[in-house]
Amino acid sequence: MTEVDLADLRFEEGAHLLLARALGRVAVGEEIAVRGRTPDLDIHLRAWARAEGHGFGLLDGGAGFALRRGPAQSARWQGAEQAGRPDPALPGAVVNQPPSHWGLAARGATVEAGALDFRFTLAGKSQLWADEAARLYAQAVASQWNPHTAVDWNASFELPEEVEDAVVQLMTYLIENETAALVVPSRFVAQMHPHFREVLQLLAIQAADEARHIEVFTRRATLKRDRLGLSTVGGQASLKTLVDEPDFAVASFLLSVMGEGTFLTLLRFLERHAPDPVTRAVTALAAADEARHVAFGVAHLRESALADPFLLERLAASVHRRHEALRHTAGLNQEVRDALVLLAAGGWEHKQLRLGSLRVAQLLADMDVGRRNLLRRLGFDDERAAALSGLHTRNFM
Amino acid sequence: MSHAGALLLGAVAYDPKVVAIWDGFREYFAERGLDFDYVLYSNYERQVASHLAGHIHVAWNSPLAWLQTEAAAAKLGRRAEAICMRDTDRDLRSVILVQQGSPIHEVGELAGMRVGVGAKDSPQGYLLPLDLLAQSGLNVGRDLSVVPFDVLLGKHGDHIGGERLAVEALTRGEVDAACILDGNYLAFAQAGLLPSGSARVLARTALYDHCNFTVLDDAPAEQVARFRELLLEMSYADPKIRPLLDMEGLKQWLPGRTEGYLPLAAAVERFGALQPFLAELGL
Repeated sequence: MTEVDLADLRFEEGAHLLLARALGRVAVGEEIAVRGRTPDLDIHLRAWARAEGHGFGLLDGGAGFALRRGPAQSARWQGAEQAGRPDPALPGAVVNQPPSHWGLAARGATVEAGALDFRFTLAGKSQLWADEAARLYAQAVASQWNPHTAVDWNASFELPEEVEDAVVQLMTYLIENETAALVVPSRFVAQMHPHFREVLQLLAIQAADEARHIEVFTRRATLKRDRLGLSTVGGQASLKTLVDEPDFAVASFLLSVMGEGTFLTLLRFLERHAPDPVTRAVTALAAADEARHVAFGVAHLRESALADPFLLERLAASVHRRHEALRHTAGLNQEVRDALVLLAAGGWEHKQLRLGSLRVAQLLADMDVGRRNLLRRLGFDDERAAALSGLHTRNFM
Repeated sequence: MSHAGALLLGAVAYDPKVVAIWDGFREYFAERGLDFDYVLYSNYERQVASHLAGHIHVAWNSPLAWLQTEAAAAKLGRRAEAICMRDTDRDLRSVILVQQGSPIHEVGELAGMRVGVGAKDSPQGYLLPLDLLAQSGLNVGRDLSVVPFDVLLGKHGDHIGGERLAVEALTRGEVDAACILDGNYLAFAQAGLLPSGSARVLARTALYDHCNFTVLDDAPAEQVARFRELLLEMSYADPKIRPLLDMEGLKQWLPGRTEGYLPLAAAVERFGALQPFLAELGL
């Protein structure tokens, strides 16, 4: 018979761990012998065994106590399920439709039968998953930067009043758009089955990226001013269609592919034409993050489109729908457009303004090319890609 | 669902979880073809009286409620039966704790001391431990200063609040001894309410049994038999049942037995604990 000598170890000091371990190693119905020197051992032992469903008895001749393993512990794990496997690369690791009662259990955990159902409305692998997610998440973690130290906030520069105003207006616009980019994925994170851990983590870190973008843009805007610029009805109307979009695939398409894809081109343009080192630094940092967001949007939608032959049509319809909804709004506000021209011009000379206008026209063309490329990567043909890109919101995001 | 033919059980609502437990069991019985429903009482005395009056068929009784039912039934020329109990209702023990460094080493030395007890109608926190002291020759009313921690009177100590308060008073030195159930001694020690090694057992009661399902001789025999059969079939491996068993504090239902109530019968005899209740019933 297995013997456990507790010596002077009390129950509240962990004696029950030794007993549970020893009982776990014998078959149900088998006994172990227990000895010990603590004064109330028999009282605790009997109470513990009773609560755990084990039998309790005395060994002959006062040699100690006998515990008989009860069936409860093994009964608890009958019907338990393996919730996939932790490494997504292994076969069967990420299942197509994880059951709602797996709930918050870690992927790879053994889940007790009878757990309550959670209401995760996004639970289909084909809706959410991209093999890229783990790699992009790791990359995102490695690329996190500290807004306090990543930008030299003390860099000395002085801009003409109107140029500083233009920068502040652009920052105001960027903050508004980045707020949409924070809110939209956050809403879906809460609806997503945690079985798709890497996707959840990636979207969470995307939201954190946007939080930092909002911080640095705000900080740049208020570097020389105590007021921000203008927020327009048209701009917010465009963003509201994103925030209101209930479908995850459509929302990620409009936000991450069409919106952030366009924004990436904008941020690189601002980096190139920034009139001061701080504006250059904050737009460069944001652009690097946005590139990752776009990469995930494209990766998971491409995988979804392979599984769902109707997805591309749904996405195309969403662009048309959004175009119709925004047809009568102003789109990009004039102040933002003028600010872009002024930044690209670098001065008020006719020659400079002409060049600035040309550069903004080129920016719009570059945005269109960028969107068409992304649309083609999703599986649209050239003609479709061109038509859809042309219908994208004039507000860029 | 037929309401008229349902087997009706009474239980005392000592905690809100009682509703979840009996709703769950009701569903279990319904799935197996037994029309079953339950009624909750706020105290055992009302439940026992109601049982005797034929309002319910089965009562989920505390050990004191069992003795109350048995005694009242006997006076009425009727017979009570304990048909089923939890595995955790068998072979309990109460202990009388003192602080580790207390000068008290014999029960007799409690004379003149303050003894913290649970609810006055608690078998484990009051009746059985005080009977133990009486057996040792102490006159509970005269020799001891009994400090009651009455929480939820009428619940017969099902709620462990009184015992917890008694132990807290012991650790603060406000009482010289505290009477509690062995399982609560372990739980309080493991939860850190009693710091490790801060208390020791001065005395222990004999082993005794706790709750049971009680029926009277006019209960519908076939339904009661099916009810008991279904209880005994409940498996801890069943994921729908397991949470209910966990809440009710058992791993398995066992057949009822009554020899485990002898120590409590002696205690209530000594303290005359049944008489006021029987008198209230006019018995």
